[in-house]
Amino acid sequence: MATPDTGAGRPAGWRPAALVAREKQTATGRTLRFDVPGWPGHLPGQHVDVRLTADDGYQAVRSYSLASPAHGTAVELGIQSVPGGEVSPYLADDLPVGAEIEVKGPLGGWFVWNGSSDGSLLLLAGGSGIVPLMAMLRARRDTRYDSPCVLLYSVRDPQEIWYADELHSAEPFLTVRVLHTRRAPAGAARPAGRITAADLQGLPIPADSRCYVCGPTGFVEHSADLLRAAGHPADHIRTERFG
Amino acid sequence: MNDPFTTHLDGNALAGPLADVFSVDPTTAWRRCPSCHLPSSLGQLHVYGPGPGLTGRCPGCADIALRAVSQPGHLWLQLGTGGGAFRFHLPTSAP
Repeated sequence: MATPDTGAGRPAGWRPAALVAREKQTATGRTLRFDVPGWPGHLPGQHVDVRLTADDGYQAVRSYSLASPAHGTAVELGIQSVPGGEVSPYLADDLPVGAEIEVKGPLGGWFVWNGSSDGSLLLLAGGSGIVPLMAMLRARRDTRYDSPCVLLYSVRDPQEIWYADELHSAEPFLTVRVLHTRRAPAGAARPAGRITAADLQGLPIPADSRCYVCGPTGFVEHSADLLRAAGHPADHIRTERFG
Repeated sequence: MNDPFTTHLDGNALAGPLADVFSVDPTTAWRRCPSCHLPSSLGQLHVYGPGPGLTGRCPGCADIALRAVSQPGHLWLQLGTGGGAFRFHLPTSAP
């Protein structure tokens, strides 16, 4: 039986997942598409745990967000390669296409958008925090959702933008604003710098919009504080930190 | 995850370790902190690692709300202290 809070399948232990394709998003960001037989489906915002097992039996587990809405047995993950990391550099660049890892999921019923929620969306992404929000944007597009949506996307510089082509394509009811924190493109009206209260003003969405914030811990804490100060009710703000 | 020794994650990271022992998603479970009375979901807890030992703390006052330690074949779980119980949302029964 489906659970009411996720509307998708329950995780059933570890499942084998075969790497089908890898796409470069940024210098260190990749999206990896896996085929997971028996995958029960998921909701935008959910994640999986990934388990790697070394030849000597040593295991490492990490969490990665699902980047696309449910589509059969295809599971797309966003991987930000962390320098010196134990798992992410291997997944990002070394795991061969065709190789198998293990995944557990879908996981999480808190940071999800169930697609039937009425009303508008305000999405705040920091760096690779765009990944679970991209699943929401794609689900919105797939269902021709017609409530307004704003994405504020904080990146260090223009080279750090994931899904650049997809986000730049004109889409009705969607407003995308990129906030450059260290280097803005020439001629940009907004000077480089972290997100401020001014960035939340004058957005084409009502104040009771559902807010989803994902990114590094510092970005999430700061952004959630700004949202509350701007009058967004605390129970409309959902956050996910990745350290 | 970038630097698990100096920063924190949140309760979303507990979904995986707890999924093996709960039949419902645990991250929507609700509590009111017995120390500072802040209500929060399990997903909103501040979670400190590094894994496999994770400590979930109240986002308001950092009081310990749960501890979970994963071992091969085992999960150790301490849920709440004092009045800090969690309220879990049960799945609706089929008619």
